[in-house]
Amino acid sequence: MLLPISWLRDLVDLKNIDNDTVEKSLFSCGLEVEERKPAAPDISGVVVGKLLSVEKMENSEHLQICHVDCGGFGKDIQIVTGAQNIKAKDRVPVALHGATVYGRDGKVVTIKNGKLLGVPSNGMLCSGEELGIDDNWFEGASVYGILILPEDSEPGTDVKKVLDLDDEVWDISITANLPHCQSVFGIARELAARLDRPLSVPDISYTAKAKGDEAVDVTVEAPDLCPRYIGHYVKDIRIAPSPRWMRRRLLLTGHKPINNLVDITNYVLTELGQPMHAFDLATLAGKKIVVRRATEGEKITTLDEKEFSLTPDHLVICDSEKPVALAGIMGGLNSEIQPTTTEVLFECAKFMRDNVRHTSRALGQSSDSSHRYEKGVDEYTTERAMARALHLIEELACGVITDTHIDRRANEHPVPTTITTSFEKINRVLGIEVPRTTVVNVLTRMQYTVSVNGDALTVVAPGYREDIEDYPDLAEDIIKMYGYEHITPRLMTPASITAGGYSREQRDTMRLKEVFVREGFFELINYSFFSENDLDALRLPDGDPRRNVVRIQNPLSENYAIMRSTLVPSILRILSHNQKRGHADSRFFELATRFIPAESADVLPVEKQTLCFGLAGEDESFFTAKGIPEALAEEFGFHFTYERGEQPFLHPGETAKLLVNEKEIGYIGRLSYECAEDFELSGGVYVGEIDYAALTAEFSHLVRYSPVSKFPPVCRDLALVTDEGVTCGAVTDAIRSACKQVSRVELFDVYRSEQIGEGKKSMAFGVTFTPAGDEALTPEAVDKMVDKILKSLAFRLHISIR
Amino acid sequence: MKETIDALRREIAAALSDAKNGEDLKNFFAKYLGKAGSITALMKELGKYPKEERPAVGKLVNEFRDAVMTDFKAKEEEVARAELAAKYASEQTDITMPAKRRTRGGLHPTTLVREELCNAFTGMGFTVYEGREIEDDYHNFTALNTPKDHPARDKQDTFYIGEDIVLRTHTSPGQIHCLETMKPPFKVVMPGRVFRCDDDATHTPMFHQMEGLVIDKNLSLCDLQGLLDTLAKSMFTPDTRTRFRPSYFPFTEPSVEVDVSCCECGGTGCRLCKGTGWIEILGGGVVNRRVIANCGLDPDEWSGLAFGAGLERIAMLKYGVNNIHILYDGDQDILRQFRK
Repeated sequence: MLLPISWLRDLVDLKNIDNDTVEKSLFSCGLEVEERKPAAPDISGVVVGKLLSVEKMENSEHLQICHVDCGGFGKDIQIVTGAQNIKAKDRVPVALHGATVYGRDGKVVTIKNGKLLGVPSNGMLCSGEELGIDDNWFEGASVYGILILPEDSEPGTDVKKVLDLDDEVWDISITANLPHCQSVFGIARELAARLDRPLSVPDISYTAKAKGDEAVDVTVEAPDLCPRYIGHYVKDIRIAPSPRWMRRRLLLTGHKPINNLVDITNYVLTELGQPMHAFDLATLAGKKIVVRRATEGEKITTLDEKEFSLTPDHLVICDSEKPVALAGIMGGLNSEIQPTTTEVLFECAKFMRDNVRHTSRALGQSSDSSHRYEKGVDEYTTERAMARALHLIEELACGVITDTHIDRRANEHPVPTTITTSFEKINRVLGIEVPRTTVVNVLTRMQYTVSVNGDALTVVAPGYREDIEDYPDLAEDIIKMYGYEHITPRLMTPASITAGGYSREQRDTMRLKEVFVREGFFELINYSFFSENDLDALRLPDGDPRRNVVRIQNPLSENYAIMRSTLVPSILRILSHNQKRGHADSRFFELATRFIPAESADVLPVEKQTLCFGLAGEDESFFTAKGIPEALAEEFGFHFTYERGEQPFLHPGETAKLLVNEKEIGYIGRLSYECAEDFELSGGVYVGEIDYAALTAEFSHLVRYSPVSKFPPVCRDLALVTDEGVTCGAVTDAIRSACKQVSRVELFDVYRSEQIGEGKKSMAFGVTFTPAGDEALTPEAVDKMVDKILKSLAFRLHISIR
Repeated sequence: MKETIDALRREIAAALSDAKNGEDLKNFFAKYLGKAGSITALMKELGKYPKEERPAVGKLVNEFRDAVMTDFKAKEEEVARAELAAKYASEQTDITMPAKRRTRGGLHPTTLVREELCNAFTGMGFTVYEGREIEDDYHNFTALNTPKDHPARDKQDTFYIGEDIVLRTHTSPGQIHCLETMKPPFKVVMPGRVFRCDDDATHTPMFHQMEGLVIDKNLSLCDLQGLLDTLAKSMFTPDTRTRFRPSYFPFTEPSVEVDVSCCECGGTGCRLCKGTGWIEILGGGVVNRRVIANCGLDPDEWSGLAFGAGLERIAMLKYGVNNIHILYDGDQDILRQFRK
């Protein structure tokens, strides 16, 4: 919100209080000054000059040579000008060397000493336009030519002083809990309370001088959306410009002055925060106002000439036939005030904030009014704003106030909020002992009505505070005024001791991430949404469960339109990004949520924690990728088994299902050549994805000691010739199941040759036998076991020893 | 005999001093001290002497043998030392050559900050709760005293999945879940992903918050500041200060914005803090009585403190990152810079 500091100082007596202190005081009330803008930020170095002489220049039709007295800046400065409207003894704005003013195209220009037709000119005489002002701001500023200043202007004075441009406008952010501060007066009221300074309340007195018109009437058909509607009939309107003081204030707060009547409504809006509207009564069919929901497809064209098609969700102000305004947002073009308008119906209403906001968003139409309504307008101010507008009608003498005053309200007698509480309760919220006299003093300053009975406190909130509900609200107001510096930090002395700490699952998650980090992985956090393109890039067929996705109704873009059903595309994109940045080798992982829709969009989707990892680079292979689940299994004490698997985006020969206790919980594999190309990845890329809940369910935390034989284990190497199709896993399993005392089977070589034969291979295993109990393994015993194993292999897998 | 020994002694001394290595010593031993050696041969000659002379001669030979043995041992040690020294001399490694190991990866900076905060809080008796990322309207808004007509509910800010299903816009719904399921008194922090329809230079549509909630008796603003003061000191430096100023959240009353003294300049004013000496890092307040009542607790009996901070914001301050988007680039060169 824009706040001219001069206006604020008119409403609050801020004598001897500088602007910095004012800013700090507002800050402590929760009103943050986001920017302090000078009223004329681009004008500098322009001073009052008294023209000593003005003479036509030889050799020029229109140039004149002036000698100017600029006081302390030079008693006789020669300036050449093309303007004709000046004469000796005039006071004019002089832009001296280095001054900045507006150029012809509105851009800021710097004035430099120079020569015109060879005649030295040490500055420039300025027009109103060059100083960024017109008649709305200063009498005569719209004149074509030089701006003539008042005769009593002292030469050498900064022209901004003379033109009242040495003002500041502050941009203040208003949080949603402070609707009563959405106006210059609202802020002044808060500041006056904070600084304990006198506040001038705008005059709301007026006299109805004429009989009204009984035909003028207001009906509210939707009191749920419009709990209060006040209409007042003013006649004998004389449309004219509003006085300069009003136009200046409107200009400073970003309003364009239009005419006295429209300016009054904007002035009241800015001053008191209550939106108002003036309808040309001559355009209102039946002289009636009906406040109702629009009908389906009903049309309205607003003042800015935009047409809207409405629905019953939208509230409209109608005459007896048609909509004449979009309630709380903008008036209709059909009832606009014209220069010929002679009678008006003023509207001052409270519209419900949710409906105004909803309509404003739905139609994409907003205004200063709708912004106010969206935060909330209180009925107390609604009443006063109408009176203030009528007072201004009188003050500006632009119409005759009639006695037709119509007040429609949903709540017949709005009762101000009364809170019965105690000093003790308030102090308990704050944690400090605020002196009772301070509590009473502060609340009274904030216009609460306070009565004290021992520790008990009964407080009536001022009418404009519809936000006050309970004693914590009072505590907040008190500490705002008393000062947050009185809060003294203490480390929860009244609090109980609680058993905090991480759960085992949370500690496991940290351990798991540490395993990845040790294995050289960087953790990623990717957006939880992706796009259909990602699913296509993975070549997921129709019917793949990952095609069943949670959709965002209002996505930022198609790229972020659906919630992730797999984390793989995100990792692939990051790997690709890193390859482009010259990192051929990289390892990444992410632990995040996958989303699975419920049967209906109105039921919460299923959220599944998912672990995803990706590896790329020359040193990576299916087996380095397989090392990752193995590292997890080792850390958390369980075993993975691997079966050939398939995924639409993985290499058909290098894909494995991950199983634990025969349950499939994920997969790993090499990215297919087609997908690698789509994701612009080169070389071998391996990815894995594991259901995190299923994984952690296998974590074993029970550690039991088992005795170790005092005799050493014995190792034997077995070189076995098998058919090409026999897998290492099958052989390992067969060896293990053939002999209980085998504690370890490790493949250490695979070898193919002509000698072995076509379609055959030789696999060399190191087999470790562990003694059972307290008996040493004799070579003969081991020979027997090996023999048993070989027989079993020959029988089960047709394997022979080489 | 004495003459023989003396001659042999001279020969042996020369031979021993000529021995250069293990091989020479082995030959020396065989030649003089072994079974077929010259000294052993002297012993065999003892029989040639008359019986009464034998003890004296034997002593002479034995003493000679012992002396040679001692010299031999000494020489043996000397040779071994020299050989070891030569071995070491030949095995000089360039110790400035690179180490061999798998280089560590790293955790995401947001995770690092999250862990550091959680560590600080768990040390103060907090548990850690991780809630859903998709919430219903009730938990994300209504129960948090955000009435139907509150601006925060606008479609501009919230991603909708269904009529009443949203991507959580803050971690605050965790407050409601905790109030519904935990038995007071309790202290809990709730870190996690949150979502807002906002994507520009300073906003990402997804980011992280950490919510905190303490439910106990007689809690006040002083307790909140004490808690957050301790936190700020552990997060930044021990002389970090905190400041409250009024703010607004529908679910706390009073609500405060919490500033910490600037971690860059210490409060004197710099570019980071825009000259104010203070940096806004979190919001909080005393839990609104309505929220407590909404969850079935008696607000006259139980009071609460709540606070919430943006984890990216803290990470950016802590690590001097000036653009939130780089945290989501997944670039190794960026990620490898962060550590605990």
